[in-house]
Amino acid sequence: MTEKLLEINGISKHFGGISALTDVSLQIQHGEIYALIGPNGAGKTSLFNVITGIYTPDSGSILLNGKAMTGKKPHEMAKAGVARTFQNIRLFHSMTALENVMVGRHCRTSAGVVGAVFQHPKAKTEEMAIKNRARELLEYVGIARHANTVARNLSYGDQRRLEIARALATEPLLLALDEPAAGMNHTETNSLEELFRKIRADGVTLLLIEHDVKLVMGLCDRITVLNFGKKIAEGTPDFVKNHPEVIEAYLGVSV
Amino acid sequence: MVKKILSAYCKLPYCKVISSLLLGLVLLTLPFITDYALGRIWVRILDFSLLYIMLALGLNIVVGFAGLLDLGFVAFFAVGAYSYAILGSPHLGIHLPTWLLLPIGTVLAGFFGILLGTPTLKLRGDYLAIVTLGFGEIIRIFLNNLNAPYNLTGGPQGINLIDPLNFGGISLSQAGWFPAVYNYYYCFLVFVLLIIFTTHRLQYSRIGRAWVAIREDEIAAQAMGINTRNIKLLAFSMGASFGGLGGGLFAGFQGFVSPESFNLMESVMILCMIVLGGMGHIPGVIFGAIVLTVLPEALRYLGPLQNNVFGKILVDPADLRMLVFGMALILVMLLRPAGLWPSPIRKQEFDEAIEDSND
Repeated sequence: MTEKLLEINGISKHFGGISALTDVSLQIQHGEIYALIGPNGAGKTSLFNVITGIYTPDSGSILLNGKAMTGKKPHEMAKAGVARTFQNIRLFHSMTALENVMVGRHCRTSAGVVGAVFQHPKAKTEEMAIKNRARELLEYVGIARHANTVARNLSYGDQRRLEIARALATEPLLLALDEPAAGMNHTETNSLEELFRKIRADGVTLLLIEHDVKLVMGLCDRITVLNFGKKIAEGTPDFVKNHPEVIEAYLGVSV
Repeated sequence: MVKKILSAYCKLPYCKVISSLLLGLVLLTLPFITDYALGRIWVRILDFSLLYIMLALGLNIVVGFAGLLDLGFVAFFAVGAYSYAILGSPHLGIHLPTWLLLPIGTVLAGFFGILLGTPTLKLRGDYLAIVTLGFGEIIRIFLNNLNAPYNLTGGPQGINLIDPLNFGGISLSQAGWFPAVYNYYYCFLVFVLLIIFTTHRLQYSRIGRAWVAIREDEIAAQAMGINTRNIKLLAFSMGASFGGLGGGLFAGFQGFVSPESFNLMESVMILCMIVLGGMGHIPGVIFGAIVLTVLPEALRYLGPLQNNVFGKILVDPADLRMLVFGMALILVMLLRPAGLWPSPIRKQEFDEAIEDSND
């Protein structure tokens, strides 16, 4: 498959006098692992927020599977198939791991107040399905044994994994991961890489922001480099690695 | 010792059945026991406890589940009470049957819940509290002044001679087999059980999880596909409708409503019931409602108590009563910051917070 899954054109976003993003365009193909890198403050998370509907861009357009999604709300983006994790983990802390993932099923289920109160057969079946799917996903990311642990009591690495499971529960086409390997050691990063490959193999396209260069270079098909809100390079890991502007952005010396 | 007996009891094969039967028996005989032991006035206080349980459970949806601090909850109680009073009294000469009056009050209060919710969707915490506080006052001031140009609410005098609750031609105020306060007790008990059932089912459903998700992290909740606008409005209107139902029952029970019954202090008391009992935890909220209804009444006996102990009244019991009540609230919050009966998870959070601050 090489059709475009996500296409963003000429996105700009200002906060007062600061332009966080200037005329950023990129295309992500189905089944790709795509990375967004750049120094701190380059606008990576801002771009994530635009793609997931948290920010409305000042100009530019977003297309998902060819459908215009510009200006949609976060819950509409989730429903359309864009799920995300957060740079500073944002779990529902007082809920158990299982409940966190169950919340992720919200946009793919429909039981309302009537279903909740009267628990008619359809609502009951749905609730069972939510629970089963949530268990499967915990198993999938490898934290099934912590299903009934309250999210805040999970270890850091497991919290990261839980966030991924919760995002996967929304049945995304595109899974956007904001620094998933931050603060992890070598072994943990390796097993995370395996998980990403597994997710891709199951048909989900991945977009990640990541500072771990080794992880990005080994895992990703294509990379976009942002600096000061502008795209300075795009291409395969090898291309980006040797791109003069990228080297300059990271090392601060002109070649 | 108590723990040992309890755990031994819980191992009995039919312990759940036995407990339910015992609880049912106590609830059924409670008005008789109370009347016999403490007097008729206490059965009336029992009725009020049940009313406050409904209100507290309604507010618990908004504050406890969805985490939206609402200081004007009594407005919905007022809407329910006044809609019952206006449509079921000689005031305008309209006498709708109870089975219509209660749903009208419930739905109307739910509508007002949405009315309050819509402009406050983007507010949280302190800011939301201030707006809701204003909303509560607006409703009360409207009720106070809507006697001119057209006398809708009776102004400060309120509305009198409201039709009592009446089911299938049987008026609860006409003592049949039991005195009227007993009838109301059983009637309120049925509604309370219904509301407990509803909130319990809601809590462990897709909707309940969405409420808690919004409380915990609104942005993450949106990213999970939760339409926070709709889910918040649903919380406001569900909570308000319970308040409206309570209001209707209150009007039919009292036979009289006036704006005085719906002041800010009432909202604060209902909020106290939740916080003191254990926010978001249904048994805790029920317990909090009972304690905060019964305690101020029980403290009325401080006068006679002084007489018995000292032979004379040393401190004016009216002053002492609120002083002791206030101190009791402070003590509870100091000794049990998560509430008298918090949910296990919430208690754990508070314990950890204390450990952290001790480190």
